[in-house]
Amino acid sequence: MNTNKNSYIFIYASVMVIIVAFLLAFVSSALKPIQQKNVELDKKKQVLAALNIFEKDAEAAYNTYVKADQLLNADGTVAAENGGFAVENAAVSADNLPLYVCEVEGETKYVLPLYGAGLWGPIWGYVALNADKETIYGVYFSHAGETPGLGAEITNRDKFQVPFIGKKALNTAGDVVISVVKNGKVQNAECEVDGISGGTITSNGVNAMLKDGIGLYKAFLTKKCDKGACAAKAECAEQCQTEVVNQ
Amino acid sequence: MSLFSKQNMEALKTPLGMNNPVTVQVLGICSALAVTAQLKPAIVMGLSVTIIVAMANVIISLLRNTIPNRIRIIVQLVVVAALVTIVSEILKAFAYDVSVELSVYIGLIITNCILMGRLEAFAMGNSPWPSFLDGIGNGLGYAKILVIVAFIRELFGSGCLFGYQVIPAWCYEHGYINNGLMLMPPAALIIVGCIIWYQRARHTELQEEQN
Repeated sequence: MNTNKNSYIFIYASVMVIIVAFLLAFVSSALKPIQQKNVELDKKKQVLAALNIFEKDAEAAYNTYVKADQLLNADGTVAAENGGFAVENAAVSADNLPLYVCEVEGETKYVLPLYGAGLWGPIWGYVALNADKETIYGVYFSHAGETPGLGAEITNRDKFQVPFIGKKALNTAGDVVISVVKNGKVQNAECEVDGISGGTITSNGVNAMLKDGIGLYKAFLTKKCDKGACAAKAECAEQCQTEVVNQ
Repeated sequence: MSLFSKQNMEALKTPLGMNNPVTVQVLGICSALAVTAQLKPAIVMGLSVTIIVAMANVIISLLRNTIPNRIRIIVQLVVVAALVTIVSEILKAFAYDVSVELSVYIGLIITNCILMGRLEAFAMGNSPWPSFLDGIGNGLGYAKILVIVAFIRELFGSGCLFGYQVIPAWCYEHGYINNGLMLMPPAALIIVGCIIWYQRARHTELQEEQN
């Protein structure tokens, strides 16, 4: 058969494309539910990682520790008790703020989602704050395609993420003070963390992501009186009183 | 002809040494630079390429008599792209961690010159079984170089192997510092160059005739 005839080439190409298209469409739709489940489970693992929890059964651990996935308004009030989990990190905006209210060893922790840009693509993460809404309890960062050994080191827990624990995220005025600085140039150990040498652009990306991401929650984080979470505690109740008087 | 005849074994074995896709055919250099800063991605990349080049070789070899000569490159490309997409989807469903680890590199397999090179040079002219062996051989030959390069780069670039610290802390205390160049892509090029140099010096039959 003459395989170089124009009609043969056209038919061959069309049939090939149709077969491949059907095959890919079939594979994609057949695997979609399983993939969706993996993505959700992975997100739960990431939230837990920000809380320094690395249990095998992430599903069960998530249900134990995360009490609510709230949605906040721009002024820091709760818009919905549930539904925050469905919001992608990239879709977080000033009037669409998911907040994970968690409880670890009897203490309330707040987990905020983060999203920013690295060198080659998006970076994202979660930051867990203590009940005082100021100090960092834990962080988790991940990336799509940063350079292995350089920018990708932001996922290195011991080297990059653990140093964030205990740092101050906000000052009393409500400004985001936590920052990633050039490796070895930490001056204020209270709120500065070493960047990655050779991964400057990714480190700067994490810095900007923290400033923007936490900044969105300023209204919520500066409102120290949260009746739901801490009115029962003595020191908090007192503060609540004064805030109510001031209002 | 038996399945493991001398000729077939040759298709499997020569790419590991005398006809290595990276050091002799000089294919797949681009990805050899990109994924060799650490051992783990290098190994996973090597295995994925092995599987995909073997499968693509078989498919193209089965179709080789029907493929119109004028659009053969496009046909090869479609087969490779479809395979890579399917593998990536399957990884996302059943080995999510691995797919996160590989991220963009799985898509980069499509652009790996070894695939098109072997499809064009071998699968278009040979039957499926030798093509399969040729794919496995070339994939492993590629993986071998990747692992050697990644071993050197990770050891001297970050003092680790597979992410575990192997250079002891007292070395650093005595002034040893990791070589930053090793983490950059040019280091891979230098190492691959050294491997090629070594191989050609040992095997004089690889050297071109001198005038």
